Amino acid sequence: MLSLMVLLPIAGLLVQGFSAGIPAFLAAVNTPRTWAALFLSFRLSLVAALFNLVFGLVLAWVLVRYRFPFRKVLNAAVDLPFALPTAVAGIALTALYAPNGAFGHIAKDWGFKIAYTQWGILIALIFVGLPFVTRTVQPVIEEIAREVEEASATLGATRAYTLRRVIWPMLAPAALTGFALSLARAVGEYGSVIFIAGNIPLKTEIAPLLIVIKLEEYNEPGAAAIGIAMLVMSFGMLFVINAAQVLSRKRRGNV
Amino acid sequence: MLTKIKQAGQTLAQGGLLAAAVAGVFAFGAAPQTVQAQTLLNVSYDPTRELYEDIDKAFVDFWVAQGNPAPEIQASHGGSGAQARAVIEGLDAQVVTLALAADIDKIAKEGKLPADWQSKLPHNASPYTSTIVFLVRHGNPKGIKDWGDLVKDGVEVITPNPKTSGGARWNYLAAWAWAEKNGQDPQAFVKSLYEHVPVLDKGARDATTTFTQREIGDVLLAWENEAYLAQKELGADAFDIIVPSISVLAEPPVAVVEANIHDDAQRKLADAYLNFLYTTEAQAIIFKDFYRGWDTSKADPADVARFPKLELVDIAHFGGWAKVQKEQFADGGVFDQIYTAK
Repeated sequence: MLSLMVLLPIAGLLVQGFSAGIPAFLAAVNTPRTWAALFLSFRLSLVAALFNLVFGLVLAWVLVRYRFPFRKVLNAAVDLPFALPTAVAGIALTALYAPNGAFGHIAKDWGFKIAYTQWGILIALIFVGLPFVTRTVQPVIEEIAREVEEASATLGATRAYTLRRVIWPMLAPAALTGFALSLARAVGEYGSVIFIAGNIPLKTEIAPLLIVIKLEEYNEPGAAAIGIAMLVMSFGMLFVINAAQVLSRKRRGNV
Repeated sequence: MLTKIKQAGQTLAQGGLLAAAVAGVFAFGAAPQTVQAQTLLNVSYDPTRELYEDIDKAFVDFWVAQGNPAPEIQASHGGSGAQARAVIEGLDAQVVTLALAADIDKIAKEGKLPADWQSKLPHNASPYTSTIVFLVRHGNPKGIKDWGDLVKDGVEVITPNPKTSGGARWNYLAAWAWAEKNGQDPQAFVKSLYEHVPVLDKGARDATTTFTQREIGDVLLAWENEAYLAQKELGADAFDIIVPSISVLAEPPVAVVEANIHDDAQRKLADAYLNFLYTTEAQAIIFKDFYRGWDTSKADPADVARFPKLELVDIAHFGGWAKVQKEQFADGGVFDQIYTAK
């Protein structure tokens, strides 16, 4: 089942990408425009995932540990980016951040543009990726008893020390998983970004759009070539994240 | 077929209830097939939504008035190139009404319709034409009059990506034609034109939204019908239409996709649908929905008078779509060079 659903499409991608031979593959990938798009996609995805890691952790912590009005509403709202069709999210974000939108207007007064720049892309990527971190770490935080922190304090640990040596080791594996999921989603995100990015080649053109453009030129091998480049880069990043998880387990014991 | 079974059912009913019930089951079983034959999927490009909504309503009335059961006409809209690809990949469209002959040629190349499809209907199988005009903000604050004004300092131009949008290819060619006529290097001119483009949308309708709703840019290069439609929907005091000195004659063609015709009834319906576009009645709707039709006899004179006369060049001027596609828009073509040469 797994091989049918996952491996077969990947095999198809590889066959299609290399169908015209290695030189053609390199010619498709090795252009300034493709590199610019790949670099943009991965760089912004990394920044968005890092932001989501920090903010998603804080959000999950607040949702679990604090009781405040509308907590349940906020808790449900975290899933919104999951449920919302990405095109709807893209249009909504664009309407908000365009120079005549609610937030875009304020930015414009400050002499700053959000929509149709890389900032716009970043906002869309943060939006779609946030629930991944929050939802993966939330159950782990729920498992951490307050008594653990109290015990740490009675043994003379400062709050920062407790956070660093007691809480973080317990959270780290889940947080890294959430980070990886958020990153993976951001790299492949198309629907929401396309509306808020200006789509200008070399500036605000994301790699998935380049794939769509190649497809519309009826250039399937070219599209598959960029797809393979993305696959390799994603694989590399996930490999590093997994290695980090393995290392943290070895150092701190399996928690 | 259906009526025959029904008649047989009635005869049998006199013989026995059971037989009637059996015949009823047969008739029921045959019914969906007949219904299916009366559906038609029209795969069209982006800005024709309103046109085909009106056409489809009129056609259903026309078809029923001729004694046929009411057909179900479905329409699908999107970027012309993407729509063509969907049909190639198996979208069950009986008729295609796209922005460019090149896109229908691509479908023909896959063997879904004969290569000479464009000779099957009058006017190169184009029941209407359109052109490219400028839509500017009310009062034309940047004083844009012609193509040359688009590359002035501080002017932002909104046009979609010619790689994904049929309309954008016409925009590009119109700019090219102007530069040729005015003794400028066309390639340098389109390059500087695209340097004035802050947002490169995927389709014509997206670009219209960027310009009208998001208020980005000073001028939208638009299909003439899109420009009038935007003015109609958003008020004449919001935008002005500027007609440049020269533009292109776009002939969006239509064709029956032979490979997707499932039976004779459906063929009849598909042929009737496309031929209907050339009737005086449909041509009047075409003028009303801001397209340039051929036959003005039943059209509202006000709809016809709306279109100013301007110098139009057609695709033959550029050597036909096959040549243009290869030289300008293919991978590594002139358009790609605009964005790769830094």
